[in-house]
Amino acid sequence: MTAALRQDQSPVAEAAPAPLVTVENLTVSFKGGDGVIKAVNGVDFTLERGKVLTILGESGSGKSVTLKAMMRLHPPRKTSYTGRIAIGGREILSLSDRELGQVRGSVVSMIFQEPMLAFDPVYTIGQQIAETVVRHEGVSRQAADKRALELLEMVQIPSAARRLKAYPHEMSGGMRQRAMIALALSCRPDLLLADEPTTALDATVQMQVLILLRQLQREMGMAVIFVTHDMGVAAEIADEVAVMYAGRFIETGPVGDVIGRRLHPYTEGLLASTVHGAQRGQRLETIAGAPPNLAKLPSGCAFAPRCRYVEPRCRETEVPLFHPKPDHAARCLRIDR
Amino acid sequence: MAETTLPGLVPDVPIASRGYWSSVFRRLSGDWTTILCLVVLLIIILSAVFAPWIAPADPYKTSVIRRLKDIGTPGFPLGTDELGRDMLSRLIHGGRLSLVMGITPVINALIIGSFLGIVAGFVGGKINMVIMRTVDVFYAFPSVLLAIAISGALGAGLVNSIVSLTIVFIPPITRVAESVTTSVRNLDFVEAARASGAGGFTIIRVHVLGNVLGPVFVFATGLISVSIILASGLSFLGLGVRPPEPEWGLMLNTLRQSIYVNPWVCALPGVMIFITSICFNLMSDGLRSAMDVRA
Repeated sequence: MTAALRQDQSPVAEAAPAPLVTVENLTVSFKGGDGVIKAVNGVDFTLERGKVLTILGESGSGKSVTLKAMMRLHPPRKTSYTGRIAIGGREILSLSDRELGQVRGSVVSMIFQEPMLAFDPVYTIGQQIAETVVRHEGVSRQAADKRALELLEMVQIPSAARRLKAYPHEMSGGMRQRAMIALALSCRPDLLLADEPTTALDATVQMQVLILLRQLQREMGMAVIFVTHDMGVAAEIADEVAVMYAGRFIETGPVGDVIGRRLHPYTEGLLASTVHGAQRGQRLETIAGAPPNLAKLPSGCAFAPRCRYVEPRCRETEVPLFHPKPDHAARCLRIDR
Repeated sequence: MAETTLPGLVPDVPIASRGYWSSVFRRLSGDWTTILCLVVLLIIILSAVFAPWIAPADPYKTSVIRRLKDIGTPGFPLGTDELGRDMLSRLIHGGRLSLVMGITPVINALIIGSFLGIVAGFVGGKINMVIMRTVDVFYAFPSVLLAIAISGALGAGLVNSIVSLTIVFIPPITRVAESVTTSVRNLDFVEAARASGAGGFTIIRVHVLGNVLGPVFVFATGLISVSIILASGLSFLGLGVRPPEPEWGLMLNTLRQSIYVNPWVCALPGVMIFITSICFNLMSDGLRSAMDVRA
């Protein structure tokens, strides 16, 4: 991980000795019935310990695919990866299945969007947490049960001892998401991946879960990659934001810069279409059109067909990343002027 | 256990969680149909197991003078058959073979079928193709016809009829196991398990078996009734056990000629087949609803 290798990355980590996560020119493509789907097309970023990166984007922009690629969770037969992912010095893309099993859960773990579906309905919450603890730390069942109780208390589940013996369907949505967080944190991971963990929850519970996540993240000093399509959520939790479109980061930077001094027209569109701060009775602005078909991407800027500032040169060449400020970058030719 | 709450979060009313089996029993205890069926089945099974000690007379002892006596004849509470043998004793002894022929094929098919189904469902791809299409070929025949054909090819006898019935029941069980496995495999919790470091074997052992065995087991209980009827059918056609062995289907066959002489006695083996299979069926329905965690 020399500086030379990271020349074109988000320069946030430039001063730091060795960032926890380094992703270089990552591409993920799937072999489907109708050709190859290029879901991620060259993603670069670094993330330090104790920082939260939020990946923003609409459905199909490749944000969840990027997240799952961090753990190589995609079906191996249909997926091909190129580029490089290093987490804590481990090259994720070249690990054997066995090593991968050790990394998953203990170095990197994940919380899912729909907590109801992420728990096995036939086992209690306690059994499922204890199982992961036993698998990774090789402790006795009693020690694992005790650990599960501590974890449920840590995520502030009321009457935790009784909840250990509860089945997933016996808990409310917010409770389940807390239990999911407890499960993900059971082996003290360095990196937590969160795939829209608040989308399935109602607004008040959403906030509680976000506050809890933020608090636990600070206490444990872990890095978090948080995927969402909600600007408000991103503003709440992120240190850095990356806006994703058609499998690329089109704008990256500190949360204040990206929201306050956005560079890319797509980010602008996303911000305009959010309900946060919108006035009653006024129509929300939307971005016209739909994301491009990932099986046949347009040449040049992928956003060009929907962009209101589109110029002929946008469609000619691939747009590089421009850095108007050292830690704030975007892929738009308009910055060049 | 610290009762921690977030500020502003109203702690919800704690619910008393019980263990899985205790809640299954709790649900079963309110279900009178299932309990009645369980009791009847228990009586039939126990009397079959302890037949030599329970049966009032020798089931093989014939008599020319007391053939086809009515139900309620002194000394013969359920009458006698066409060779003067005690019906009650023959029915009690007959339960042994009938139950063995009914239950063994289902157990065999449960083991083989769920193995095939889980492999097909979990591995997917070409292996799924090969297993499921082969199973479909067997599934295409009506079950009675298939059982008769295989039994006919193998020859009559207890073991052969168990083998043929096993082959008949593997396809439906494989299909159930495969469809449940396929749906479980694509659920988020399998991905969540993988994300927390579980390997393929752990996922099959813990998550697939845990979710698949319940439905497959319930389905198999329902098949026992079919199996008892099919086994009796094979014996009735002379493809199962041979006379003079007492077996309900065979008894029904041999008593057939006497149906105009004493219809009530001739119908008794059929009544036993009916009671046993309907009890297995109702019990399987009861178990299905009691074992569903999400109910």
